[in-house]
Amino acid sequence: MMSDFTSGFWSIYIIAFTVLGFAFCVFLLLAMNRKISKEEQQETTKHVWDGDLAEYNNPLPGWWRIMFWGLLAFSAIYLIYYPGLGSFEGVGKWSSVGQFEEEMAQLEAQTKPLYDRYSVMSVQQVAQDSVAMGMAERLFLNNCAQCHGSDARGAIGFPNLRSGAWNWGGTPEAIQESIAGGRTGVMTPFAEVLGDAGADQVTAFVRALSGLDHDAGAAAAGRPLFEENCVSCHGENGAGSQAVGAPDLTDDIWVYSSSDRAIRESIVYGRNMEMTGGTQAMPAHKDLLSPGKIHLLTAYVWGLTN
Amino acid sequence: MSFFSHQTLETKLPLLIILMAVVVSIGGLVLNIPIFFQDSTTKPVAGLKPYTALQLEGRDIYIREGCHGCHTQMVRPFRSENERYGHYSVAGEFVYDHPFQWGSRRTGPDLARLGERYSDEWHRVHLRNPRDVVPDSNMPNYLWLATTPADAGTIVKRMGALKILGIPYTDAEINAAPTELEGKTEEDALVAYMQYLGMTLKRTIR
Repeated sequence: MMSDFTSGFWSIYIIAFTVLGFAFCVFLLLAMNRKISKEEQQETTKHVWDGDLAEYNNPLPGWWRIMFWGLLAFSAIYLIYYPGLGSFEGVGKWSSVGQFEEEMAQLEAQTKPLYDRYSVMSVQQVAQDSVAMGMAERLFLNNCAQCHGSDARGAIGFPNLRSGAWNWGGTPEAIQESIAGGRTGVMTPFAEVLGDAGADQVTAFVRALSGLDHDAGAAAAGRPLFEENCVSCHGENGAGSQAVGAPDLTDDIWVYSSSDRAIRESIVYGRNMEMTGGTQAMPAHKDLLSPGKIHLLTAYVWGLTN
Repeated sequence: MSFFSHQTLETKLPLLIILMAVVVSIGGLVLNIPIFFQDSTTKPVAGLKPYTALQLEGRDIYIREGCHGCHTQMVRPFRSENERYGHYSVAGEFVYDHPFQWGSRRTGPDLARLGERYSDEWHRVHLRNPRDVVPDSNMPNYLWLATTPADAGTIVKRMGALKILGIPYTDAEINAAPTELEGKTEEDALVAYMQYLGMTLKRTIR
């Protein structure tokens, strides 16, 4: 914005410099606009070097002067049409923000009918629509693939959306809520409660729950510790709870891998303990994406496993 | 010929130097100086807060590691950039930045609206090995940040210097800074900085 100067002086200051500079260029061109006759060609700059070296003082070439006039004409038109002279906004009323808003309005006009068509359809119907899924795939690649991967299979620490396991629920409503509002599942650290030996035992028990190979003795010792510390979130039989986003420990799907080390690390240090400011593990997207886009993405994610 | 003749200008060197300086400085006089007298470039946007000690440490690491060589912090008012990054940047967001980190080259994506876009965990994984989450990324690994303690020794001086430049830090904030950095790694600081990028305007728009 050019018009929010602290005082009107600055507008005048810019205009004065610009107009005077323009006038000076015109003056220079006119002053240099002389023709020379053939006989007169001997005029020099009157600057003599080494006794007899002098330089001709010929006028500027015609093509160059014409280009300079052209340039001046261009800048005059430019300064009248576009903002440039202080707070004067130009006859064309152009502004970068104005151009941006025009562009956005055009986009809105083009895409609104599309999104409107899909927003009245159910998630199940949208998931069947190949055009909608083409749009959703691009949205997914732009907004979701950074964590969940371009194939939606996730990465260590970031859920695989094709696994069929849903920490927060796999219904269309739950998926939409996860995308729009974000999710933060916190696994608290148990280092102090369990100690080293206890952590080993609970690790063994958790591996046993999932049918992975484990030390039977340690797992048996881990059972009472698990019942004491873990069931409030992961449930009595370790099947998890979608209300708090606690993963099902009995299936073979592991966000942080099923290795002894990864499971033990989750137990000892917790997960997602450090969050800066209002950050969530799964960030909310309702301010980033329009409801129409979230609807498409919900259908896309739902459709990955249905 | 008089004043504008070659003889006048080319044989009187001091005059030539002065006139050249005048001509060359006109562009700056017209384009630069008025910017210091505009509300949109000198007043912070609503809600803008100076960086906390941890965020400032992160910002200094950002500068030290040359992140600005590949990442800009300036969303331009184009549809494509709005779709990808969010609301375009405005000058008032950078009033407390000395120096600003707009950058000029996007080998990596723009970071002006990065705050709260990804989780802290994502940033840590990504800083240690970007390819763990973005397979075709060509960003280097910044492994040592996770094991290097934040520099609590000089933070008081750094905040003091910014205070001289006009950042409204209180003495209490400056004195508490070393405690705030205690036990934090450089990675913690950088993540805190990145989670704050662009948030002021984002919160206002919400």
